[in-house]
Amino acid sequence: MRLQYPSDINIILVPCTGKVDVLHILHAFEKGADGVYAVGCMEGDCHYNSGNLRARKRVEQAQSILETIGIGGERAQMYNLSSSEGPRFAQIAAEMDEKIRNLGPNPIKLAKKKAA
Amino acid sequence: MIVADRKPIEEIIAEIKEHEKILILGCNECVTVCEAGGKKEVGVLASALRMYFLNQGRDVKLDEITLERQCDHEYLEEIRDVIDQYDAVVSLACGVGVQFMAEKYHTMPVYPGVNTCFLGVTEKRGLWTERCQACGQCILARTGGICPVSRCAKRILNGPCGGSTQGSCEINKEISCAWQLIIDRLKALDRLDDYEQIDPIKDWSTDRAGGPRKVEREDVQQ
Amino acid sequence: MKINTPSKLEKILAAGHLAVTSECGPPRGSDPEVIVEKANLIKDHVDAINITDNQTSVTRMCSLAACIKLKLMGLEPVLQMVTRDRNRIALQSDILGAAAFDIHNVLCLSGDHQSFGDCPTGQNVHDIDSIQLIQTVRHMRDESKFLGGDDISRSPKMFVGAAANPFADPFEIRVPRLAKKIAAGVEFIQTQCIYDLDKFELWMKMAGDRGLLEKVSILAGVTPFKSVGMARYMKNRVPGIEVPDEMIKRMADTPKEKQPEEGVKICIESMQRLKEVEGVRGFHVMAIEWEEMVPEIVEKTGLYPRPSVD
Repeated sequence: MRLQYPSDINIILVPCTGKVDVLHILHAFEKGADGVYAVGCMEGDCHYNSGNLRARKRVEQAQSILETIGIGGERAQMYNLSSSEGPRFAQIAAEMDEKIRNLGPNPIKLAKKKAA
Repeated sequence: MIVADRKPIEEIIAEIKEHEKILILGCNECVTVCEAGGKKEVGVLASALRMYFLNQGRDVKLDEITLERQCDHEYLEEIRDVIDQYDAVVSLACGVGVQFMAEKYHTMPVYPGVNTCFLGVTEKRGLWTERCQACGQCILARTGGICPVSRCAKRILNGPCGGSTQGSCEINKEISCAWQLIIDRLKALDRLDDYEQIDPIKDWSTDRAGGPRKVEREDVQQ
Repeated sequence: MKINTPSKLEKILAAGHLAVTSECGPPRGSDPEVIVEKANLIKDHVDAINITDNQTSVTRMCSLAACIKLKLMGLEPVLQMVTRDRNRIALQSDILGAAAFDIHNVLCLSGDHQSFGDCPTGQNVHDIDSIQLIQTVRHMRDESKFLGGDDISRSPKMFVGAAANPFADPFEIRVPRLAKKIAAGVEFIQTQCIYDLDKFELWMKMAGDRGLLEKVSILAGVTPFKSVGMARYMKNRVPGIEVPDEMIKRMADTPKEKQPEEGVKICIESMQRLKEVEGVRGFHVMAIEWEEMVPEIVEKTGLYPRPSVD
């Protein structure tokens, strides 16, 4: 399968989405990411039992903070899929790409440019 | 430990918005354990605030330091050399640390980053509950090791009140009736007869009622 | 039974009569006529009238002022005092204030938690608890001393009461708790509303077996249902009240317009049965916002006319 997905998505590999912390998500935005999404295993299928569930809670926490500070909570998302779902992975990437394009660039990036 | 909870970011923003060089100061003790004011929470708050101010078009310096403790001179002294770089500190320590910071750095504005809640335990991750109100005259020997001062909504020393229902407190079914717990425990210790001893009127002068308290130990003073 | 105070309630109990008390809730305002009107509805049918103390933590006219109003009408008040709102200074002070108006009965309570009332964000006091309040009044009366140790001039002559709830949890300490109140010096008990008569009789039997019933006068608490809704509310929402299912069913099976009548009937039947329970020395009829029913209940239970003891 040679599936296409948007080329400006930077994939960071983690052993489990349970490794993803609020801080990682916030730092990504601070560095200029327009959107961040975590892709975990299907709920109930975590090799470490609850890594993906924790990730979801952390994404939600990041959403709430991003909303409060005016960046927009919907820029952070959580998805679940199984490792055999290549097409679904590509579909999610396209979906997220479109969502973020509609939202426009991360305001932090613009503010930084202005400040410089 | 001292249990604290995070303050809403908007509340912190409202307090510090006039400042330009802000130190977010964490504490590595109790508030780290209850996930309210440790290194990680400092990082999250600082990152959020940096983005907030940038987005407002403001160039605000926001640095992160987490001390071992904020309730001892030695540790608070560690920021002596850098404190002049800031015009405000947000302390994520408990109310004790915030105040000690304010005492030590007399001209530096200090803002609390957490709400200090109580003395309690980690029942499970994400659930902390109260166990002690530091009344200064421990009565746990008489109550089977369960404290009616901190765990009964009416601080009743000779309970339970008429509102105890199926082990729950009248104010909330989620809260255990302290006196039910005491009675269960006395039973487990085969000491239920002790229940009938009337607990005398308490000397509250060692509690909040007596004003600010101190423990002074000449034997360990230098 | 030795008489310790000028209380009419104490005299009636000492003379071996079944006592009848009732209660009035003070108004949420300053109009004293509300108290006068309520008292006039029941005064000929009861020996003493409790005035509640900010019941369910809802702010009302103070119990002491309303008791004074009753006293000025020539009636016998029972001053209810909760430990929720006053520390030991205020409680002792109000006891003396009540005694200054020759109010001779006090009921010592802890009070509902403030979260139920109109000031849920307020502080509570609970400097002392209800058992310690019993001790306090007895100490002031019998030793003529303040808690601080100083002498009281003209000690308060008060007949000391408390509440008891035979139905609250845990049941196993219900009788020990009564024993504790007796040891603290309580002289009369007004119980929580009794609907589960079997359980009440069991509690009384257990108290009797411990010899407690000779040491305290128990007034059985009763409250007539106005409707099946009220019966369900009492069962499900009021902490520490048990209503048997068959009683709810009996109310529910009654047409709505006949329910008040049925509620009164149940109340009277309960009282008839309670009269026969050993150790029951009287009744505390709490007709909540329904004071006008008290005379009928008292008359139909054969407790009218009330005895004279002066």
